Amino acid sequence: MLMSPSSRRRRQGYAAAARPAAARLHEPRLAAHVEDLTVSYHDKPVLFDIDLNVPPGVMCAIVGPNGAGKSTLIKAILGLVKPTSGHITLHGLPYRQVRARVGYVPQRSTVDWDFPTTVHDVVTMGLYGQIGWFKRPGRREREKASEALKMVGMQDFARRQISQLSGGQQQRVFLARALVQEADVYFLDEPMAGVDATTERAIVKILGALRDAGKTVIVVHHDLQTVRSYFDWLVLLNVRVIAQGPVDDIYTADNLRATYGGQIALLEHGDFTRPAPAPGPGPAPGPGFDAQKEDAGPPQAAEAR
Amino acid sequence: MLAAFFDSIPAMIIATGALVGIAASLVGTFLVLRGSSLLSDAISHSIVLGIVVVWMLTGAQSGPVQLVGAALTGLLTVFLTELLAATGRVKNDAAIGLVFPVLFSIGVLLLNVYARDVHIDQHTVLLGEIGFVWLDTVSLGGYEVPQSLLSMGAMAALNLVFVTLLFKELKLATFDRALAAALGFMPGLLFYALLALTSATAVAAFDAVGAILFIAFVIVPPSAAYLITDRLWLMLLFASLIAVLSSFAGYGAAVLLDVSIGGMMATMTGLFLVLAFLFGPRYGLIAQGLRRRRAALAQAV
Ligand SMILES: Nc1ncnc2c1ncn2[C@@H]1O[C@H](COP(=O)(O)OP(=O)(O)OP(=O)(O)O)[C@@H](O)[C@H]1O
Ligand SMILES: [Mg+2]
Repeated sequence: MLMSPSSRRRRQGYAAAARPAAARLHEPRLAAHVEDLTVSYHDKPVLFDIDLNVPPGVMCAIVGPNGAGKSTLIKAILGLVKPTSGHITLHGLPYRQVRARVGYVPQRSTVDWDFPTTVHDVVTMGLYGQIGWFKRPGRREREKASEALKMVGMQDFARRQISQLSGGQQQRVFLARALVQEADVYFLDEPMAGVDATTERAIVKILGALRDAGKTVIVVHHDLQTVRSYFDWLVLLNVRVIAQGPVDDIYTADNLRATYGGQIALLEHGDFTRPAPAPGPGPAPGPGFDAQKEDAGPPQAAEAR
Repeated sequence: MLAAFFDSIPAMIIATGALVGIAASLVGTFLVLRGSSLLSDAISHSIVLGIVVVWMLTGAQSGPVQLVGAALTGLLTVFLTELLAATGRVKNDAAIGLVFPVLFSIGVLLLNVYARDVHIDQHTVLLGEIGFVWLDTVSLGGYEVPQSLLSMGAMAALNLVFVTLLFKELKLATFDRALAAALGFMPGLLFYALLALTSATAVAAFDAVGAILFIAFVIVPPSAAYLITDRLWLMLLFASLIAVLSSFAGYGAAVLLDVSIGGMMATMTGLFLVLAFLFGPRYGLIAQGLRRRRAALAQAV
């Protein structure tokens, strides 16, 4: 059901072939690099002076309270909201030039699930970028979509209308839609919101497989308990970047308190900063991980305000 | 044979109604799905301003210049609406409600001051009269063809080309604007193009059927089609079919009852909506009731 070794090899092949020559000219040292980013809605800054460095080949969590600007950060990186200031590159290039190498899963609540379309059709939408303007998806695209549905265990639902799915199933469909993009960098906005434990494990396993294949996976995550077992890189966000780096260095009580402020009460008597209970599908670094870690510089703990 | 068709007044009226219906339902489907069907109402009011301004500048009461003028006024409406909504002080639907009465009233004011003795008047603009489409004809290849039939045929064809050519792009932009933008499909631009076509369709439809029937055709057939299918292309097809059937049935009922043809066509779209609501295979009340009973029975067993 999950990614077979052969399909994993094929994915790597695709990625290498798809990499434009230009990416090699500019140093592609960081999968995502954000400098001095400020975003405001109606003059109120929701992201302030963000500097972000995510090395390639990591599975990175973006964590912060509601309204911290997590979704906005991803939207700004993908050019969906206009920043007041800032400079953003993915693998050394502006987003417009690497569009084809980026996969995106919006927050599930942002689309209309009553829309007259089927599961299979939604997954095919992930390929629209590759198909280009005016052309229609053909057999090759339909097969790819079916393959991705199989990967997330949703092949039996292909012809269903999308409102006739549970929240977790909808999330799997969105994941399949990102998988068909065969990207190098994935941005997922709360892919595990409202899913049961089984689905969550399935999603984490798929994302882990992507990471192991050398992709960069950047996930907005809201469950502090699982951060350490699922991810190897962590960005703590609350309007500013509070801290970022390898998860084991960043996941400290002080950093969490700085991120969540008063809301952290429930953490105070918690066991959140004890070593993770089980490694889970966890942070075994992908190939070349250590070498790339250097590039991101030492973990940066922002000045506490 | 063709001559007989163009000479037949009922055929002309029904065909014009059907073409307005098709043109309006095609754009209407996307407006309804996007939750912006109210915009068609706003546009059909504010383009009165466009019609008057274009007439004052060029003297044209209809034709391509008027279509372009209408498209621009429609876009102005939406642009002002979004500008107002972007300030964050009013909600989007409230912004619509603020913008179009202003544009409409400026239009009516200009109309009253400068165009009192011209053919354009508020009554025709708002209500139109499809019963008179055969009065205004042009000759084309030896046939006397009603002007409205030609302009509506052109709009229906244009809209059909638009939604066929950009089917995939419109679908993605309507369903998931964020992904559409991320993939470079410019959903904002697509939406403006859709509204420009809606405005042009509105102005072409005004002469023939008036604003009320136009708005009914934009909103009601797609809403009925939405209840009977969960495929987008079928929704477009069913919406167009319902519009065509409403045109036929509306004409028949109007003749039978001796009432306004346009009004009866609008009523018929409503009737189809009720039918879809009751008998729709999936979302219809009856189907849902049956399903519930079957489920209850299954549980009892
Ligand atoms: N379109 C918008 N217009 C105005 N304000 C917005 C808009 N989108 C987001 N905001 C505001 O920006 C801030 C950050 O929003 P964002 O959605 O990025 O938060 P988030 O961290 O993703 O929160 P959540 O955990 O609830 O998803 C919030 O205060 C929100 O109210
Ligand atoms: Mg969010």
